[in-house]
Amino acid sequence: MKLQHLFGIAQLNKEQIHYLINMGDAFIELSKRPIKKAPTLRGKTIINLFFENSTRTRTSFEIAGKRLSADVINISASTSATSKGETLLDTAQTLAAMQPHVLVIRHSLAGTCEFLAEHLRETAIVNAGDGAHEHPTQILTDLLTLKHSIGDVAGKTMTIVGDISHSRVARSHLLAAKILGYHVRVVAPKTLLPSKVENYGCEVFHDFDAAIAGSDILYMLRVQTERLTSNCCFPSIREYHEAYGLNKKRLARANADCVVMHPGPMNRGVEIASDIADGAHSRILNQVEHGVAVRMAVLTAMCDLRFNAHDLPSNPDKRGTL
Amino acid sequence: MSDTVIRNGRIIDPANGIDTLADLWIDDGKVAGIGQFTGDATHEIDATGQIVCPGLIDMHVHLREPGQEWKEDIESGSHAAIAGGITTFCCMPNTKPRLDHAGVLLQVIQRVREVGLCNIHPIAAVTMNLEGTQLTEMRELSRLGAVAFSDDGLPIWHAGIMRKALEYAASFDYLIIQHAEELQLTEKGCMNEGWVSTQLGVAGMPNEGEDCMIARDIMLTEKTGGRYHVAHISTAGAVDLVRAAQKRGARVSAEAAPHHFAMTEEALLGYNVDAKMSPPLRTEADRQAVIEGLRDGTITIIATDHAPHHEDDKRCGLSCAAFGIVGMETMLPVALELVHQHGLPLADVIAKMTCNPATLLGLDAGTLTIGSNADLCIFDSEQTWGLDKNSLFSKSRNTPWHGQTMTGRVTHTLKNGRTVFAHGVIHD
Repeated sequence: MKLQHLFGIAQLNKEQIHYLINMGDAFIELSKRPIKKAPTLRGKTIINLFFENSTRTRTSFEIAGKRLSADVINISASTSATSKGETLLDTAQTLAAMQPHVLVIRHSLAGTCEFLAEHLRETAIVNAGDGAHEHPTQILTDLLTLKHSIGDVAGKTMTIVGDISHSRVARSHLLAAKILGYHVRVVAPKTLLPSKVENYGCEVFHDFDAAIAGSDILYMLRVQTERLTSNCCFPSIREYHEAYGLNKKRLARANADCVVMHPGPMNRGVEIASDIADGAHSRILNQVEHGVAVRMAVLTAMCDLRFNAHDLPSNPDKRGTL
Repeated sequence: MSDTVIRNGRIIDPANGIDTLADLWIDDGKVAGIGQFTGDATHEIDATGQIVCPGLIDMHVHLREPGQEWKEDIESGSHAAIAGGITTFCCMPNTKPRLDHAGVLLQVIQRVREVGLCNIHPIAAVTMNLEGTQLTEMRELSRLGAVAFSDDGLPIWHAGIMRKALEYAASFDYLIIQHAEELQLTEKGCMNEGWVSTQLGVAGMPNEGEDCMIARDIMLTEKTGGRYHVAHISTAGAVDLVRAAQKRGARVSAEAAPHHFAMTEEALLGYNVDAKMSPPLRTEADRQAVIEGLRDGTITIIATDHAPHHEDDKRCGLSCAAFGIVGMETMLPVALELVHQHGLPLADVIAKMTCNPATLLGLDAGTLTIGSNADLCIFDSEQTWGLDKNSLFSKSRNTPWHGQTMTGRVTHTLKNGRTVFAHGVIHD
């Protein structure tokens, strides 16, 4: 499969999503080898261009590229030319002129990747998160984790809790849910819900307790604490935890085998209690682990390298297909 | 011997209730007669199959002179106007410096005289530097040629200042034009708030951002007895508010921009920066409400909100791109959609671009009355053509209609009897 760009889940079909998840699944093993290196992307140049702070996503892309032998360069906005007044487009064009194969971009403005792709015709672009628009590799990561945890997601119920309004993760999941047939409940006060969110085909709850029963997946979003109170989206962090924080008592009302996910970084004691984050239901660290594998798959697809099952040991444990 | 005769056109002059197949002839730059021309004329224009109407009036234009001449100046803006059949337009005060004192207003008027292709009437600021705190010297600005007052681009946000502005303007019968936008509700917004903004993941501007301010202003207008005009009305709620106020006898009027009755927020899908403006493109229900307001006479004026921007100000992604599109060269064909697709009478649509704005602003224009200035627009209402943004006469290229087929094309524009635009060529 060749992907020209990866802007979001919206551009993918069911087969492409499965393809990327399954390829990612096969890559998990690579990171467990004593020598974590495969030659798949040898001779490829990948630039991670991050205009927003990020530790895990940037590191995940970097490790994914490096383990596949690509040359990976990281550029963060604080050290880049943008602080000297260069426009986003100039920065991207300058880097593109150095002929990388892939530009991985994170930016606070929605639509950044589509915008740059109009002007950079030669370079493949991967969206590592654009404003409140999309975060496709996070969703592919989550789906790989779910494949391992619960098997087929079709027909399952994912309850996403928190700042839906500003969340690209929530939007990308809402799109993926339609494609793959899982059911989404969004839980937030009206101040944190985007206009007409129900058009995605999700159920909308303001009461977390009412939404928990029947949930197979509890997906807790990170609360941007400074944004929450300064925009009057919520009166206080304390009240947020009381209304929307996940704790033991609430978790007990979900399905017995319910899994808890979080895209990170967590605010312990705000959206999620520590004992839950570290408990048996949590898949949070699996998400991080699978993130590397999925990004290997995405980068491979971007470089038009057909995944060859013989290049890697077969996945020893096939826990169902998605 | 007459100067010019326009033969055999369908002459539509809404102010005088004329809609007839006839000749129109011109002497000394004035309309000399309408009927069967039997004499000789120096120039002849064959208008068979064409419509001959008063030169169009666009009461809402942003010229960027002084201050941002790379986007548009008085000359390029005049070229865009006459290419669109417009012979009279009003320029908004959000230049740099602002049209908020006599010196800069006189400078603009002087430049307008030098260019001399169109009648350009300035609309002066309501408050100094458009800051919404101190009123401008409206009497002096009016004496020098300002035909109305507005802080357009920005709202007159402060309710107390708005009340004072309406009271002061009412004392001298000046018109206050409002860009209605409650900034606290539209903060960071770059398009209509709704399903499309949610899908794109960008902040939206809710209808209530416009409606709240218009509701407030109508109350203040009725209290003060002022004259209030809603610029670029875009929501169903706002049309209802204006309609109800007019029924009560308030001196409230409204204009609609072609994009607000021709397009919806769907045009933004794909992060189309050339469909970004304020107020934003709304939903289909709002679009239909604006069309209904135009049909029933609530909205008496079509005006473009022509807002030229350089590519550099647009080419930075949807959230940070400048607001606004150019519109003068597409006003007529887009307005004709009201006739072709929505069944409005052609004479009504022409009135909204000629005598109606002239009456509101007290301009000596917009009619073909014998003896009036021979400012004319001749167009073929059926001719189709493809719009290429690179062929615009404006200096700017920010149009959402690039590559689209337009129906209706201006063939000639006459100013004071002189042909200033014919078959795609400017004669200045």
